Amino acid sequence: MTDNQEKPTQAEAVPAKPNAIAIFFEELRQNSLTVTILAIVTGLLLGGVVAVLTTESVYAAFGTSFGAGWREVFRIFGLTYSALFTGAFGQPDKIQAAIASGDWGQINTAFSPFFESLVQSTPYILAGLAVALGFRVGLFNIGAEGQIFVGALAAVWAGTHITGLPAWIHAPLALFIGGLGGALWGFIPGLLKAKTGANEVINTIMMNYIAFRLSEYLLTGYLKDPTKSHPISATVEVTAWLPRLFPNPNRFHVGFFIALAMAALVYILLFKTTWGFQLRTVGLNPNAARYSGMSIVKSTVIAMSLSGALAGLAGAVEVLGVNRNLGVAFSSGYGFDSIALALLGNNHPVGVVLSSLLFGFLRNGALRMQLSAGIPIDIISIMQAAILAFIAAPGIIRTIYRLKEPKEEIGSSILTASRKEKPL
Amino acid sequence: MTTTTAVKTKTREIGYISPRRQRVMGIIFLLIAGVIWYFFSRTTSSDMITTFNMSPGGSDVLTPDLVFETLPVLNALAFISAGLGAYQLVRGFKGKTNLVLGILAGFLMLGFLSWGAADKSLNLAGLLKVAVVRSVPLTLGALSGILCERSGIINIGIEGMMLGAAFTSTVVASLSNVWVGLIAAILTGAAFGWLLAVFSIKYKVNQIISGTVINIFATGLTSFLSAKFLQKYAYLNSPGQFPAWEIPLLSKIPFFGPILFNHNIFVYTMFILLIVLTVALFHTRWGLRLRSAGEHPKAADTLGINVNRTRYISTILGGMVAGIGGAYFVLGSVGRFDEVMTAGRGFIGLAAMIFGNWMPSGALGAGLLFGLADSLAGKLTILRIPIPPKFLEMAPYIVTMVVLAGVVGSTQPPASEGIPYEKE
Repeated sequence: MTDNQEKPTQAEAVPAKPNAIAIFFEELRQNSLTVTILAIVTGLLLGGVVAVLTTESVYAAFGTSFGAGWREVFRIFGLTYSALFTGAFGQPDKIQAAIASGDWGQINTAFSPFFESLVQSTPYILAGLAVALGFRVGLFNIGAEGQIFVGALAAVWAGTHITGLPAWIHAPLALFIGGLGGALWGFIPGLLKAKTGANEVINTIMMNYIAFRLSEYLLTGYLKDPTKSHPISATVEVTAWLPRLFPNPNRFHVGFFIALAMAALVYILLFKTTWGFQLRTVGLNPNAARYSGMSIVKSTVIAMSLSGALAGLAGAVEVLGVNRNLGVAFSSGYGFDSIALALLGNNHPVGVVLSSLLFGFLRNGALRMQLSAGIPIDIISIMQAAILAFIAAPGIIRTIYRLKEPKEEIGSSILTASRKEKPL
Repeated sequence: MTTTTAVKTKTREIGYISPRRQRVMGIIFLLIAGVIWYFFSRTTSSDMITTFNMSPGGSDVLTPDLVFETLPVLNALAFISAGLGAYQLVRGFKGKTNLVLGILAGFLMLGFLSWGAADKSLNLAGLLKVAVVRSVPLTLGALSGILCERSGIINIGIEGMMLGAAFTSTVVASLSNVWVGLIAAILTGAAFGWLLAVFSIKYKVNQIISGTVINIFATGLTSFLSAKFLQKYAYLNSPGQFPAWEIPLLSKIPFFGPILFNHNIFVYTMFILLIVLTVALFHTRWGLRLRSAGEHPKAADTLGINVNRTRYISTILGGMVAGIGGAYFVLGSVGRFDEVMTAGRGFIGLAAMIFGNWMPSGALGAGLLFGLADSLAGKLTILRIPIPPKFLEMAPYIVTMVVLAGVVGSTQPPASEGIPYEKE
């Protein structure tokens, strides 16, 4: 019946207490599409509100007259979102003119903001998949940031220190090595969790900081570009570059398709293979999984390693496709954002891709909004936090918009789930 | 009838050390002896002399330097360690094993410092003084975590709480004085604590996600406001600092006096809070009720304790402590606000809390340890130690992971932490 030799001590190591993650996500799945969309919209609106509240010209305008004040409010509101939109999609008038002129160079430039948004989405897709995979097995992978770093470091190493390979070998090899690095970074906390029960939240956070220090060390030493004075790696060999599809300034590269392919693979793995079924069962009900002979230890370790590999791939793709080198201040908050992504996407690859596109467009739009409207890019963090909060606590949205409570199904709300999960 | 102990992952066994652990510990002790002998003794020539300065720079309490021949001391340390290791393997120290481990870790540290300072002088007192200072935000973060988690609310958002408090204390203190700034920081921390409590208790959001939301939100909001206002209006970013207060009699104690009793208010607050929390949590009825809400809320409820209200109060209190920690960064250390200046200290505080087994005294010990590693990393370049400083900076994180893996015995989290309480 069972093909694993689990000693009682090993089974003990993964605790039998109710899986708080599974309970939480069961509750979330009751979220209707309405709530999700309203959450996103409200979160985005909150960003505009913050922008308005912190613009001095608004207060000056209110000083003159009530009407002038509100006009200024709407102006700032409009400015914020139009800057965000044109930053993310491109300026409509430029696009129109470019298409009218028929000149490919002009068209390329006019559409490049849109493609840049896709470029920004790519690491989000992969990191979001990583975290979502972890959630599916009942694990919190907060180490995505560190795994991205290690993957990037490994890919840079493979891209700079391995020479003489043709492009069709070098690039995939570098990507693979990047994924391997990330897998290692996920394997260690996964093993610790499986064998000793150590909390993976803290362990993955610790691995993040170890990764930061490691990257600081390597980028000022072994991997450092000798011709430059600041900590940055040498430029990766051309044979390891991920090809771009369009000429400058369009940075769209094949990494996007690699990310989509990974999403498809994760979907197939999770929903179309026995093994994926095992992983999901371990996440939903560890007791049932153990009873039917699945090895929790193996599932935990493999899932964390795969999760780390995906995040490592995100780092590798960024390095090989976008910058072609690695500087110290490389990743900025992808780790936590990807938690938001996984949540928003309901841990499903399709949802993750859609949310990643949203976040990627937001991020690119905000980058340009910072330049054109002078609004600091951190505003998207505020928006993301708000969206995440509204998704995670749908009661808030329901209260604001006076929506009805969803029908409670037996065994799928936190009340009944926690009752059921009393220890055997 | 359900058994309650099954909710716990491991039961605390009093004084019992399994034979396997006894052997592992013995091997670790011998390893320490081996390291001291192999890396330190063997590379030290017999004529080297180590000097430890025993009074920190700028202190008017002068303690004579500790001067000794390096090699004999190192050999003695190795010998004693080996002896203790042998004893551990043969007879075992039973309940005192952890104490001996701590002593041997101290030996290792002492040996390391003696070896590194051979033929030079090292300001040991200065090192320890800086360690105390560096441990303040970590210990305060850990104390905040203890308050929240002992009542059952996991607080991952300490980092964000500290950052938010740092920001408000900067602005308010710039406009008034440091004391008002400190109060503003405490109020900000309380507000964030309240937010965490609302998410976790009222909306039953998974507490890790609530904490993540607070982190993302606080980071985004403070960076946004800092970029928008603090850079433009420099007068908003000049809060001043708390001066150092020398405690009259106690600071004259040789060696320990200047290290412990010549600091600013934040260090003293840390000590006071440590005592207050230990007494309050473990020797008062209020503390007992708080802890019962975290260990077995159902039993607490049956006795008439309002579990959710207790959790609200403790989380807000925890937020206040985190607020003090946040104020330290500005008013007690740097004297201005920089974006994301907490740099992960909140998470290390969490690690310190786990390391310290959810006890205030443990939190202080862990905080001091991490602070020591921090201060040591700065000195390494002065000494002839060939370890890259970055690797020493990794040490606290690696040590935390080792502790979490159960090498130092199992850690015992509050049994019902992370699970929202439902009155049935």
